[in-house]
Amino acid sequence: SRTSQTLTEQVTQVFSQKESLSDSDLEALEDLLIESDLGPQISANISAKMAQAKFSSSKDSTAVREALASALADELVNHEGTFEPLGGPKPYIVLFVGVNGSGKTTTLGKIAASLTAKGAKVLIVAGDTFRAAAVEQLKVWSERAKADFMGRKTGADAAGLAYDSVVKAKEEGYDVVLIDTAGRLQNKQALMDELLKIVRVIKRVDPDAPHETLLVLDATVGRNALSQEQIFGRQAFVSGLVMTKLDGTARGGILIPIAKASDAPIKLIGVGEDIEDLHAFKARDFARSMVGLEPQA
Amino acid sequence: MFDSLNERLSGLFDRLSGRGVLSEKDVDEALREVRVALLEADVALPVVRQFMTKAKELATGEEIIKAVKPADQVVKIVYDGLIDMLGGEEPEPLNLNAVPPAVIMMAGLQGSGKTTTSAKLALRLSKFDRKKVMMASLDTRRPAAMEQLKLLAEQVGVDFLPIVAGQSATDIARRALQAAKIQGFDVLILDTAGRTTLDEALMSEAAEIARIANPIETFLVADSLTGQDAVRTATAFHERLPLTGLILTRADGDARGGAMLSMRAVTGLPIKFLGAGEKVEALDVFDARRVAGRILGQGDIVALVEKA
Ligand SMILES: Nc1nc2c(ncn2[C@@H]2O[C@H](COP(=O)(O)OP(=O)(O)OP(=O)(O)O)[C@@H](O)[C@H]2O)c(=O)[nH]1
Ligand SMILES: Nc1nc2c(ncn2[C@@H]2O[C@H](COP(=O)(O)OP(=O)(O)OP(=O)(O)O)[C@@H](O)[C@H]2O)c(=O)[nH]1
Ligand SMILES: [Mg+2]
Ligand SMILES: [Mg+2]
Repeated sequence: SRTSQTLTEQVTQVFSQKESLSDSDLEALEDLLIESDLGPQISANISAKMAQAKFSSSKDSTAVREALASALADELVNHEGTFEPLGGPKPYIVLFVGVNGSGKTTTLGKIAASLTAKGAKVLIVAGDTFRAAAVEQLKVWSERAKADFMGRKTGADAAGLAYDSVVKAKEEGYDVVLIDTAGRLQNKQALMDELLKIVRVIKRVDPDAPHETLLVLDATVGRNALSQEQIFGRQAFVSGLVMTKLDGTARGGILIPIAKASDAPIKLIGVGEDIEDLHAFKARDFARSMVGLEPQA
Repeated sequence: MFDSLNERLSGLFDRLSGRGVLSEKDVDEALREVRVALLEADVALPVVRQFMTKAKELATGEEIIKAVKPADQVVKIVYDGLIDMLGGEEPEPLNLNAVPPAVIMMAGLQGSGKTTTSAKLALRLSKFDRKKVMMASLDTRRPAAMEQLKLLAEQVGVDFLPIVAGQSATDIARRALQAAKIQGFDVLILDTAGRTTLDEALMSEAAEIARIANPIETFLVADSLTGQDAVRTATAFHERLPLTGLILTRADGDARGGAMLSMRAVTGLPIKFLGAGEKVEALDVFDARRVAGRILGQGDIVALVEKA
């Protein structure tokens, strides 16, 4: 009967001493999520889920955070991807795209260094022929990474350079080609068309290339990252996401709504300006850091 | 991608039409929509809260003007409140009121647009205000940062402090001041390296540069695509540096730009310019009306406001 069922429930509850979160706790959790850039809707949804959760003590904030981290990780685990340029075809062509200043060039440099350290033959291509000293910046990175460098004068045709680099890499037996591009805002169609042109000419040499197109996102960015993912994703065939600048105060929570919307998995994270500051994306660690917990040992 | 506030409110008010004044309950319901709209526009949560308190006062008891839809009316109240919070309709001009050289210092997170904006300011000051401008790069960290500013200086036709390898940022600041003084420059623009606010060594370096150079304008250069982090970043820079204003870059993007409001609200500093492109000419004087309309996702707000 109904009464006995309720009674059973009550008994179970008393025995396991389970408590749910108070309204003010839930509100604080929701605020935490909003302030991590998850957006009002998803924050409300996750907070509603947390309202269902029971704790041995709702005052145990670590336990609550753990539960929240695991709810967030659930949203991300299916969107964790790996970046493995040495496992695939040769030369493996990687294109770096994204809005201005997001960290494309730096991420490229870090990747180059990790590849040469493994003994790979790497060609770096200065496809940003627009911004002042973009070529010089990448040249410094190629020296740091001990990778070969190919660049032209500022103002040169980026697509032509990309084409020639892929031809050269084929002829000279490179393992990986890393092609930088100029930063561009996704709402500027003329600039997006130029990017598509780079992709098209690369395909003329190798129809399967680029084998990887990495969209580099800045962790401080808010809702606009969704538009970046959508437009770059669709127009430039993005195959993986990189989030940089996670060493600052930004938590990069925008990745949660992005993970929901994007086909491309999240592959790498940038945690500083130095050559070793690039890590594989780990959904669980990332979710924990979003709620202020250390990664699990 | 997101509904404008007006679209959000229209549905809500369809039920309410025909009443005399906005009741507290109507206002509460409308303000819930306003809250979501502001958060979707990247206005930071503490700033949203602050704004809501004010908007509630303004909206409660407001008479519904017969000719106007209540949705439009609430949007107008919110719009006016935003302009007010953005510092009003009159932009604050650049301050060069110092014994020459008037020093302008640029600071901010990595990649926010400091170097490009330095060149944009230099162009504006030399071309329109006929000032004799020198730029110096204090960025000893980013690869080719100095070359970048040097190339931009050539492009806009202003002087550039010669690069001396191995000098620290503070040494360069001293050398720049001296050179600008001796050579009779009106304005000296100091570009600094990008830094996160958690990097204590770099934050104190920036504070030390400001102490040495005593800038008349110290700008926080920030990205208008920034999300909720705007509050932490603006607060942290404001605590450590004698900031006098904000410059928000990438206003040519398609973001709603709530970060502009957040940064202005938590620091109280005027937004003086908006970066509107990669080219050196693309620097706009801040316009609160344009920014408020944009946060609300309402391109055509002027027409609406004239009705109400
Ligand atoms: N703190 C921090 N800074 C980073 C990280 N990745 C890149 N940066 C810095 O961000 C700034 C911009 O990085 P770039 O690699 O030049 O960015 P980009 O996307 O190539 O920029 P454009 O080519 O101008 O569009 C530089 O100062 C980098 O050192 C990171 O993970 N953490
Ligand atoms: N679309 C657009 N791009 C901009 C704007 N301002 C700067 N940029 C671009 O943003 C990128 C970074 O600009 P920088 O001036 O190098 O930024 P920074 O703050 O000096 O970077 P660090 O010195 O590495 O910290 C470059 O690609 C610029 O062309 C703007 O208003 N709109
Ligand atoms: Mg670059
Ligand atoms: Mg710079």
